[in-house]
Amino acid sequence: MVSIDGVEHSDSLIRVRNLNKIYRRGGETIEVLQGLNLDVEKGEFVAFMGPSGSGKTTLLNLLGGLDTPTSGTVTVDGDEITNMSGRHLASWRARHVGFIFQMYNLIPVLTAFQNVELPLLLTKLSKAKRRQHVETALSLVGLADRVSHYPRQLSGGQEQRVAIARAIVTDPTFLLCDEPTGDLDRKSAEEILDLLTELESEHGKTILMVTHDPLAAERADMTLHLDKGALVEAAEQAAAS
Amino acid sequence: MKYLPFIFRNLFRKKTRTILTIGSIAVALFLYGLLVTIETALNAGVDVAGVDRLIVRNKISLIMPLPLSYQERLRQIDHVTEATFATWFGGIYQEPKNFFPQFAIDTDTYRTLFPEFQIPDAEWQAFLADQQGAVVGRLTADRFGWKVGDRIPLQGTIWTGTWEFNIRAIFEGSRQGDDESQFWFHWKFLEESRPWGKGTVGWYTVKVDDPDHSVSVSAAIDERFSNSANETSTETEQAFAAGFAKQIGNIKMLIMSIGAVVLFTLLLVTGNTMAMAVRERVPELGVLKTLGYGDKTVLFLVLAESLLIAFVGGVLGVGLAKLFTMGGDPTGGMLPIFFLSSGEMLLGIAIALLVGIAAGVIPALTAMNLRIVDALRRV
Repeated sequence: MVSIDGVEHSDSLIRVRNLNKIYRRGGETIEVLQGLNLDVEKGEFVAFMGPSGSGKTTLLNLLGGLDTPTSGTVTVDGDEITNMSGRHLASWRARHVGFIFQMYNLIPVLTAFQNVELPLLLTKLSKAKRRQHVETALSLVGLADRVSHYPRQLSGGQEQRVAIARAIVTDPTFLLCDEPTGDLDRKSAEEILDLLTELESEHGKTILMVTHDPLAAERADMTLHLDKGALVEAAEQAAAS
Repeated sequence: MKYLPFIFRNLFRKKTRTILTIGSIAVALFLYGLLVTIETALNAGVDVAGVDRLIVRNKISLIMPLPLSYQERLRQIDHVTEATFATWFGGIYQEPKNFFPQFAIDTDTYRTLFPEFQIPDAEWQAFLADQQGAVVGRLTADRFGWKVGDRIPLQGTIWTGTWEFNIRAIFEGSRQGDDESQFWFHWKFLEESRPWGKGTVGWYTVKVDDPDHSVSVSAAIDERFSNSANETSTETEQAFAAGFAKQIGNIKMLIMSIGAVVLFTLLLVTGNTMAMAVRERVPELGVLKTLGYGDKTVLFLVLAESLLIAFVGGVLGVGLAKLFTMGGDPTGGMLPIFFLSSGEMLLGIAIALLVGIAAGVIPALTAMNLRIVDALRRV
């Protein structure tokens, strides 16, 4: 059950407490996140919506250990990541987080296979095992026949599938998706959303997704809105507006 | 090793730029190979010269002769075990560009003082038996396709006219760097045939019983002939060879200066390539870090690219230099000892790798210190 009230839940996979993020640019102080609380259980699919500049991506970056908060804590599966050193955080990301970006962010000089293999190079898996994992991930996203294709030889939807395969190949604890359908046409977007839904429902993946697209948000178990640095549930948001 | 395909792919994403950078390193290292070879060639005599052999020459100049009578007087000086002599002939074989040094030698003693030159005894005996006989080094023999029994005409420049010699022996040096370009013949043949300069020799080579006595013996020799019509200047063969090389200039300094300029240029070229490579790939580096690649791994990946470029360029350049030098002396005899040693080749590759590290370190540190959120924002 997703909650934003800050009340302790023993079965939370992701626990965020009093999260603040303040940017200082010149003499100006911008409070992007203000005392944010969040609890997400394993296997849940949560969508974050909100206007541009509301702090959605900042929240995602903090949950994924890409950035550090000004104050507050983020705990994932018992590990408090806000206290980790850069080195530990990097290895924690490799083991626990799968990232999916709006612009796919594939390495253009690598084939689909090699792109998906990238996170596995950090593990101690043998070459044969890596191959096996990569082929499984690419099959799961329906691209078993595109292993040798370079990103430029794939459509946008296919590129995003490769990015999803890269995100799930290490079997991470949760997936962070930043506008995964933002650069796709409706049909491709639907296919990607189908895939994410399948990952949640059939493989029990925990997914946190930032989106502007209400149709994408509909696929989530719960949609949270970011407003003035705080999270509100969709129903409250609707009532407020 | 598992990162190698990734590093290769990155290197060849801008093929032209990478090839040009490798090419510039290769050219620089080729130049290094040639400079080192020339430096080695010019100093070859210094490296192999004996410290227990002294060169006694006319104090005025090397081209001024010394009396033949000095040989016996030299032998009488304490710690001198033997004295031999030679005279520069300066003949031309067919045309001036076919240069090689020719010495009229004292056949009784010369071989004793220069045991490093290996000559089959039978051939040496044949040489001694033939007044017009000659001994030639392997390098010169191979250069002109000479073999034992050939009759060689030389055009005299000091003593004019055509001088004919019979090749009776071919010698080989026992150490790398021994000069195998020399041509020896009987001093007595020169003495009997030349119209002037009789009773003189070009210089003496004196062997001392112990290298520790070289300085005192040198002083004793020069003292012995002071205030005579032909005063001497004596120094060890090594000092003589070094002084000879220095006449051409401070070669080492010259080579180091050229080398430093080349290396600095290389540093700029490779550094620029790596800086551009990192600048273009900031978002990708951000993605790698997002996936869990640590700062040190990113540093390694960028440095490895720089090192690989430098290594390939270095091997190519040094390899080409080696191939070039394997063709032998390109000057037609001015640099008889013309080779690039394995040690110098390895040093060249090490220099290329150092350049690779120096050029890659700043871009690699930039990549290492990238903040993920800043890098991803540039997508």
